Amino acid sequence: MDTTQTPTNHPLRNAVIRLAGQSQDGIQSIGAFLAQLAGSTAQDVMTYMTIPSTISGGASIFQVHLGSGKVLHPGDEADTLVAFYQDSYDQHLHSLRDGGICFYDSDKVEELKEERDIRHIGIPFTSASIEAIGGSAKDRGKNIFVLGMLCAVYKLDRDRLVEIISRKFGSKSEDVLRNALLAFDAGYAWSVHDIEHMPFAPGENEEANRLSTDGNTMLTLGLIAGGCRFGAGYPITPWSSIMEGLRSELPKYGGMFIQSEDELAAIATAIGAAYSGHLAITGSSGPGLSLKSEALGYACMAEIPLIVVNIQRGGPSTGLPTSVEQSDLMQAIYGSHGDAPRVVLAPRDVEDCFYTAIEACRIAREYSTPVIILSDQAIATRIEAFPEPDLEKHWREPELDLSERGADFKPYPLDKITRHSPPGARSSEGKYPVVTGLEHDEWGHPSSNPQNHAAMTAKRREKLVRLANALPAPDFYGDEQGDILFIGWGSTYGPILEATDQLRANGTKTGSLHLRHIHPLRNGLGDIFHRYTHIIVPEMNDAGVYGYGQLASLLRSVTCNPNIQSLNKVEGITFRVKEIVEGATTILSKA
Amino acid sequence: MQTLRPNIMSTPAEKLTKKQLKADHPTWCPACGDFAVLASFFNVVQKLGIPHEKIVCVAGIGCSSRFPYFVNAHGIHFIHGRALPLATGISLSRPDLHVFVFGGDGDGYSIGGNHLTHAARKNVNLSYVIMDNYVYGLTKNQTSPTTPIGRRSKTDPRGAIDRPINPMTQLVASGASFVARTHAAQVKHMNEMFERAILHPGFAVVETLSECTMFYPGAFDSGNPRKGGAFELVDEDTQDTGSTAAAMELAEDNAPGKFGVYYEERRPTKNELEWQWVEEAQAASPDLSGKDLLRKRFASMR
Repeated sequence: MDTTQTPTNHPLRNAVIRLAGQSQDGIQSIGAFLAQLAGSTAQDVMTYMTIPSTISGGASIFQVHLGSGKVLHPGDEADTLVAFYQDSYDQHLHSLRDGGICFYDSDKVEELKEERDIRHIGIPFTSASIEAIGGSAKDRGKNIFVLGMLCAVYKLDRDRLVEIISRKFGSKSEDVLRNALLAFDAGYAWSVHDIEHMPFAPGENEEANRLSTDGNTMLTLGLIAGGCRFGAGYPITPWSSIMEGLRSELPKYGGMFIQSEDELAAIATAIGAAYSGHLAITGSSGPGLSLKSEALGYACMAEIPLIVVNIQRGGPSTGLPTSVEQSDLMQAIYGSHGDAPRVVLAPRDVEDCFYTAIEACRIAREYSTPVIILSDQAIATRIEAFPEPDLEKHWREPELDLSERGADFKPYPLDKITRHSPPGARSSEGKYPVVTGLEHDEWGHPSSNPQNHAAMTAKRREKLVRLANALPAPDFYGDEQGDILFIGWGSTYGPILEATDQLRANGTKTGSLHLRHIHPLRNGLGDIFHRYTHIIVPEMNDAGVYGYGQLASLLRSVTCNPNIQSLNKVEGITFRVKEIVEGATTILSKA
Repeated sequence: MQTLRPNIMSTPAEKLTKKQLKADHPTWCPACGDFAVLASFFNVVQKLGIPHEKIVCVAGIGCSSRFPYFVNAHGIHFIHGRALPLATGISLSRPDLHVFVFGGDGDGYSIGGNHLTHAARKNVNLSYVIMDNYVYGLTKNQTSPTTPIGRRSKTDPRGAIDRPINPMTQLVASGASFVARTHAAQVKHMNEMFERAILHPGFAVVETLSECTMFYPGAFDSGNPRKGGAFELVDEDTQDTGSTAAAMELAEDNAPGKFGVYYEERRPTKNELEWQWVEEAQAASPDLSGKDLLRKRFASMR
């Protein structure tokens, strides 16, 4: 994809704008406004943000990649940098490409004598917005001032942007909205003398009713659409916004979400609701999933339908709480004690969070099993635009089945998938079941009989085998045979796709396969692998002692294919397209 | 709009017989105090006419936590220490059920100690019987959180050195809205305490001294007249059971201490408060289906 930006009359197809400031300056809101505007004007967008793990303040960036065509990644380097402070200027100037433009707050930033070809434009954001709003506002409107300025520079749809701002601030006091619009107009009117305006080519997206939001929001709404009505959680970054969303939303839908005293209580409470006949949900981020592991093992043993969300962050331990990593894959599949099979799904982008949540709900219900949704910090917090889901197709009305259970009812039949009889359901025979974490026979009675344990272990495993047989083919893209097959999961989707395009453009036969179903894997993946000389797994976790990342290790053990290689990154930031292309090229050259 | 909240007592209750309520024969040791607790539970459930399918027995891990297997009713045998948060999920999501939690001193005061505090302060509607035997029995004689100082066990061969928990001060301080104490050898009293706990709306706990005849025989003889002790009752005519200060004072002495209701308070349960929110949230848009609500949300994201 061409990201070249030229200050001529040729319309732009793409622009990467990096806003660098402090977290309390509202740079996230500028980014969110731009993203929402893109979504509603047939443009494509992907954002990227960093959040300091401090309570208030701290350096923060928000990067917006706008495009007239498809946007698959938040941008390797910036075309435009907006620097609010000296340190944001100093730290982010390197992210600007040669020929890029740096707008900086001339009240706060002293320009460096930069050797590279960068156009510097100093504008007094602070004093100009104070002047526009009036004395009492201090410098609070400077984010909106900058938004106005960017609107003029990129010739964005001003009326639509004003409408979005009005919707956002309209619910607050009149003063707030008036000040915001004053700041916006001041920024819009600021004449940027030495730069020509850079209009975008019209957006090419033809879908109507596009939404712009982040991954955690879509995961939350997907859980609601999928029929989850009860759950419990404990605050931890970056999972918390899902629990906040569910706590506020579920009462409207007749359900509730409880804030528990700790992670162990949260999963226990969710299991309690699931045992009671509801589809229930709990969730956390890495360390919290570890705390839930014992009860997760119980849910596998007792065959409880349960959704467990894990928004991965940098680990181990407290690690990098506000950064991205994909290092919980093994924990998700195997974390707990004993043989405890469960399902693991991973969404690939913001839109996919919605559909992955719905599929997780369906699988949990159909197979009476815990399902882990393995998202990550990058998807959780970034904003993308995509078509509104069709609820006629994707809505599942929850039900509580308290019908009487007949004489043939057994909670754990060896030849069928478990269907529980929730409390409140009568038994025609007058015999009531006990759900248990002890090994049990078909009626739920504790049993340490050796053959029974073997048979029940197989029963719990076989339902995942049955699911593996029923899974759809994973998303495939590119050449169907050749030099390189990329295999990815989670938020690396966009960069891998873009890297595939770039390698193909250079004459390398490249395909890419993106897995939503991490466990169980779909049958027959190995057959696809044989069609390529190199199978490369880019993932954001460590190559470990044996040289292979977590998915790569799993795929090697499943397929015994020695051509599977790892491309790992653990810097707490997402892959750049360039890194995947270069990594793959290096692997090719060594062959 | 939703059918996820069944009516309380939706089915007429038929009188349950002991035979209907009995399940597997208990695997407890001969003369274990827990037999009497089970018999008492059967008595009270029969007397109160609770519909059979609405009874839910919840337990964690320990000898006493085997309870659900011995009751023919819906039951769930969970992991060690987490019976209360599990029961919280059942009680809150299904206000039509009668939730009974059974467990011991290790499950309740040690590994599950944090949950006891929070289920109590939240006033989750359930009845919790703690069969306290002052010892870990299932794992065969280790020191428990209520083991008295000086008592020898496999983990304290020279005698326990850590100050034991006083369950009564603990329960009152946590905010439990019904706190009572009874003795498994005093069946009539135990029946009365269980009945009052079940009828109490909110988090009701009955600390029940239940002897481990295998590892700590005679632990509660001082509270048993038949063994030469004294079974002294709380005098509710003079005791202010609505005062936490009075309850704390009463709770200071528990060897053998007094038996009866220490504290009783009617305050809104978490169940009532949460469902009130649900009702108000649903009343705000009574004509919208769930699907419509979500569509409305989508419209705000365009």
